[in-house]
Amino acid sequence: MQQIFNFVIRNKTFLLFLFLFSIGLALTIQSHSYHRSKFINSANALSGGVYGTVNSIDKYFDLEKENEILAEENKRLKEQLFNSVNSENNAVIDTTISRENYRITTADVYKNSYSSTNNFITINKGKNDSVKQDFGVVTSKGIIGIIDNTSKNYATVLSILSKKSRINAKLKNSNHIGSLTWNGKTPEFVQLIDVSKFAPVKVGDTIVTGGQSSIFPQGINIGKIESFETDISGDTYTIQVKLFNDMTNIGTIYILENRDRNEILKLQNTSNE
Amino acid sequence: MNSILGANSVRFIVLLLVQVIICSHINFLGYINPYIYIIFIFLFPIREDRLILLITSFLLGMLVDVFLDSGGVHAAASVFLAYARPVFLKTSFGMLYEHQSIKFSNTELGSLITYITLGTLTHHLILFSLEVFNISSTLLILKKTLFSSIFTIILCILIIILFSRNKK
Repeated sequence: MQQIFNFVIRNKTFLLFLFLFSIGLALTIQSHSYHRSKFINSANALSGGVYGTVNSIDKYFDLEKENEILAEENKRLKEQLFNSVNSENNAVIDTTISRENYRITTADVYKNSYSSTNNFITINKGKNDSVKQDFGVVTSKGIIGIIDNTSKNYATVLSILSKKSRINAKLKNSNHIGSLTWNGKTPEFVQLIDVSKFAPVKVGDTIVTGGQSSIFPQGINIGKIESFETDISGDTYTIQVKLFNDMTNIGTIYILENRDRNEILKLQNTSNE
Repeated sequence: MNSILGANSVRFIVLLLVQVIICSHINFLGYINPYIYIIFIFLFPIREDRLILLITSFLLGMLVDVFLDSGGVHAAASVFLAYARPVFLKTSFGMLYEHQSIKFSNTELGSLITYITLGTLTHHLILFSLEVFNISSTLLILKKTLFSSIFTIILCILIIILFSRNKK
């Protein structure tokens, strides 16, 4: 017993190092292997508060640009509205408006990152504003990501610029679907993989969200096809998609809640059994 | 004793805030960020208990992780740097370290640069290996390590020289 104590006391620095280093390592492995980063995330009062203070000063510098984006979006929505009044039978194309089952919340981006291999965005809405895990996040130009963790007043968003993110997407002019992934290289491009080789892929075509996910409504813009190549096996296309959003500069975002999500998930579970 | 404690606490908080508010959002050329919070580990008083250094380094790294949503990569890298610090001190300062009489504010610039360079390279290599966490992307890890290290080393040395107390 005495010897054990002596050993511990003699090597206390090394043992403490080993202990702390393995905690760090375990957290790292945990954050890489699971979809959710459970323990360490910036959706908490401390980091949220600090980022909030910075943001309250910072956002004045972007006001002009924010205004332009809003005016642009207003113009688009007005166009849609006036065109639909003229012919009342035409359904509004944008599903976020026509279908009542999506609830929309706006939020400010407190922290954005795009240089790491798994990027997270911190926003200023949380459980108190009924924002929960797996809600979709978009801007007027296109999709941003999915809500990952929430605290009372803050939430983190798993950006589409993440190796863990996989979002169902399709070609706008046909119904061929694929998965949206990111190779970790530049924040301008994402990759659409597993697209059937029968799909009519053309450079410049638009990619939108597919209807298969219960998170995003169908038909939200993602980006344009920049280039494409066939897979090694030759059965599928891998498409380089240039995002409509500038992921390095996001000010205000919309959070989408699909009210039917639970029902869809329950149905899918029962059919799987 | 109290002044050492005060100075280090202030340094801890200031470096943490500067890191998460400014330095992690520079993204020079898309991905190059300096990680200047390791100055705290470099300048931690040598005579103090190493256990305290390990624990505070871990806390500092963990807080940076919380702010940057990066899992535990900064915590692991900082603890490693804190543990390996005596080796770097010995190689760069030699005899001065043996006599426990280093004052960072009035050491030779050459030794200081060697010390900071060795430490930064080690810290960044571990940091980016854990962050990318993929052996097949070794080139990406090395690229990130090299460019961020250059940025960090220059900033660290400038900050240490600017804020050193002995103004002659």
